[in-house]
Amino acid sequence: MRFREAIERIHQMLRKEFIQTLRDPHTRWLLFGPALIQMFIFGYAATMEIRHVSLAVLDHDNTQESRELISHFRASRYFQIVKHASQRGELREGIDRGDFVLAVEIDSGFAQRLRNGQGASVQVIVDSSNSNTALVALSYLSQVGATYAQNYQIDRIQRLAPQVASFVPQVSLEARPWFNEGLQSEWYFVPGVLGNLMLILIMNLTAFAVVREREIGTLEQVMVTPIRRWEFIVGKTVPFFLIGCFDATMLTLVGTLWFGVPLRGHVAVLAIGVMIFLLAALGLGLLLSTLAVTQQQSMITAFFFTMPMTSLSGFGTPISSMPPFFQELSYFNPLRHVVFVLRSIFLKGVGLDVLWPNLLIMAGFASLTLTVSILRFRKSLE
Amino acid sequence: MSWLRIVAISRKEVLQIVRDPRSLLIILVIPFVQLLIFGYAINLDVKHVPLCIYDRDGTQTSQDLLKHFQATDYFAIAHLSDNYQDVVHNIDNGVCSVAIVVPPQFSEDLRSNGQASVQAILDASDSNSASIGMGYAQAIVQTYSSEIQVNWQQERGMAAGAPSISFEPRTWFNEDLESMANLVPGVVALVMAVVGAFLTSLTIAREWERGTMEQLISTPVGKLEIQIGKLFPYFVIGVADTAICAGTAVWWFGVPFRGSWLVLYGCSMLFLIVVLSLGYFISVTAKSQLGACQMALLATFLPTFLLSGFVFPIDQMPIVVQWITAILPARYYVSILRNVFLKGTAIHLLAGDIAALATIAVVLVFFATRSFKKRLE
Repeated sequence: MRFREAIERIHQMLRKEFIQTLRDPHTRWLLFGPALIQMFIFGYAATMEIRHVSLAVLDHDNTQESRELISHFRASRYFQIVKHASQRGELREGIDRGDFVLAVEIDSGFAQRLRNGQGASVQVIVDSSNSNTALVALSYLSQVGATYAQNYQIDRIQRLAPQVASFVPQVSLEARPWFNEGLQSEWYFVPGVLGNLMLILIMNLTAFAVVREREIGTLEQVMVTPIRRWEFIVGKTVPFFLIGCFDATMLTLVGTLWFGVPLRGHVAVLAIGVMIFLLAALGLGLLLSTLAVTQQQSMITAFFFTMPMTSLSGFGTPISSMPPFFQELSYFNPLRHVVFVLRSIFLKGVGLDVLWPNLLIMAGFASLTLTVSILRFRKSLE
Repeated sequence: MSWLRIVAISRKEVLQIVRDPRSLLIILVIPFVQLLIFGYAINLDVKHVPLCIYDRDGTQTSQDLLKHFQATDYFAIAHLSDNYQDVVHNIDNGVCSVAIVVPPQFSEDLRSNGQASVQAILDASDSNSASIGMGYAQAIVQTYSSEIQVNWQQERGMAAGAPSISFEPRTWFNEDLESMANLVPGVVALVMAVVGAFLTSLTIAREWERGTMEQLISTPVGKLEIQIGKLFPYFVIGVADTAICAGTAVWWFGVPFRGSWLVLYGCSMLFLIVVLSLGYFISVTAKSQLGACQMALLATFLPTFLLSGFVFPIDQMPIVVQWITAILPARYYVSILRNVFLKGTAIHLLAGDIAALATIAVVLVFFATRSFKKRLE
């Protein structure tokens, strides 16, 4: 009997919440519009891959060898030669103005040194004001250089000793990029964006919903009704949980159908992962709401937490290149786990056998934040 | 326009800010925390990529090749596998991002046919790291290949040499390739956009939601006076945040500062006017604080993070997205900051960016002022 009453009260609370949330077309739009727009912007704009690095060349040597090297740059799909300079000053100015990122200067004597079987060095100026582009460009450079040296050596042997040339030992690398054969950025970003958007949306909605009642003063009215605290919290969180599920489905569809990201794992595993994470985001939102009196406060506090969580989630930069301390710290970040889980389900197609530790940690985080906020909520009312 | 009324509105706004010391503290601490994270934790360099090795050949030759992988900074050997299942497992659960598999016939092939290949399996679910890692792996294998060719020639008494090319890169503007120096301008823009637009986005919406707008309307204070009075305290906070950001970056992290402080401050104030007006415009248009907050997030945080060239290079984006970035104030501001910090570019070279920013400022101030109606509906 008491149970039935509780169900009835939660039911009424849910009705109120749904009416309040869905009544205003403006608010209705807020529940999925921004998430959708962000997904599209991210899908198109977030690309770390660097193609067509702009390049200027200055060839003092002007030999067959130096021209051959330049044609290696031209043939590489990573570089785009935008300028053939005739003096050093042009390189300097161009880099200053930002006309190109990379300037290659081949000294005279380049071919001579190669013919003598010595190492020839080539001077390169890199505009590193964007350090990522610079790093990628340097990695491409070393690849072009190594390929050129290989080709040169084999040509040389063929010229000197054509009869044995076919026995020259040669090792090659067969690169097999698994999970994302075309190395497409969208595949990398879309699952991570899904996790981030869920966190920001659900955490903010939950925090705002409770704080709003407190700020406007309607919380007291709710509290004089026979509803119990846990019933109130259930009533507050269930709608957002459902909205979260709806949004996650929507974003998954956009990711797979529009951006062509494969969903290789089982949909059920995806659903489990998303739902556990939603609980964690809800818990965090509730916890924030117990810390804030005004909506402005809850927004600022939420922002204070989300920025580091996003930065340390491995969403944009690999966790393995963080210092050990931050790598360990990131284990406490539910966003790190959900980004890993989502990426693994979408791209790797793995199941619970691999993902259970991450799911367990997220579940732990969810139960901790939910428990603490229920306890704190009681106090904050009195 | 009366200064007295502007000051009165400002005073009220300041009181409201000061009464909530925790929020104020957070606003002033956010830039510091962000820089700390970007300075110490975020590293765009791909180094120490966890590597898994499965040597099915197990000969001196294969060991020689693998030593080359050990010798670089780019890879860190995280696991030695002895079966293929294990390799798959380690890639699957993310222990390793690259696996080098040496086939069983490797040294035999090399001796008899002169041709051999090794396999690199890359976890390309992180496409960026995978392509950088692939570049380094290619270079390592080709270097090894060159070395054994030299030995081969020497064994046959040929005039052996190692014709190799080394690039001597000189990195300009950010000599140590510190991600930090590259990211600081972006962090400054991000923090200012957020503080500016985020906080102001609530000022008017809050008055409507709490019902205090009616009281404000009944006073003789004018539209423009409300606008200036409300925005001024946030302008001061924004200026303080810029100083905290720039100071931390230069004195704590040693990011080079080669331009003029005057240009930095002038442009920062211009950018502040832009974001404050944007926030004000959102605040007037939005019905609720939740709506205002979401709109501000959409209008400032994301474009600044994604489309300003802060992390993702603009010239690599699809052309339509590049057009969209042309109307984003943050794009010009980040470009100005990068020039001022790292290149020390003279002001006349920045004229284009500054003009764009000023144009956006004028348009936004105009719309913000127009949008606010001092009456109840």
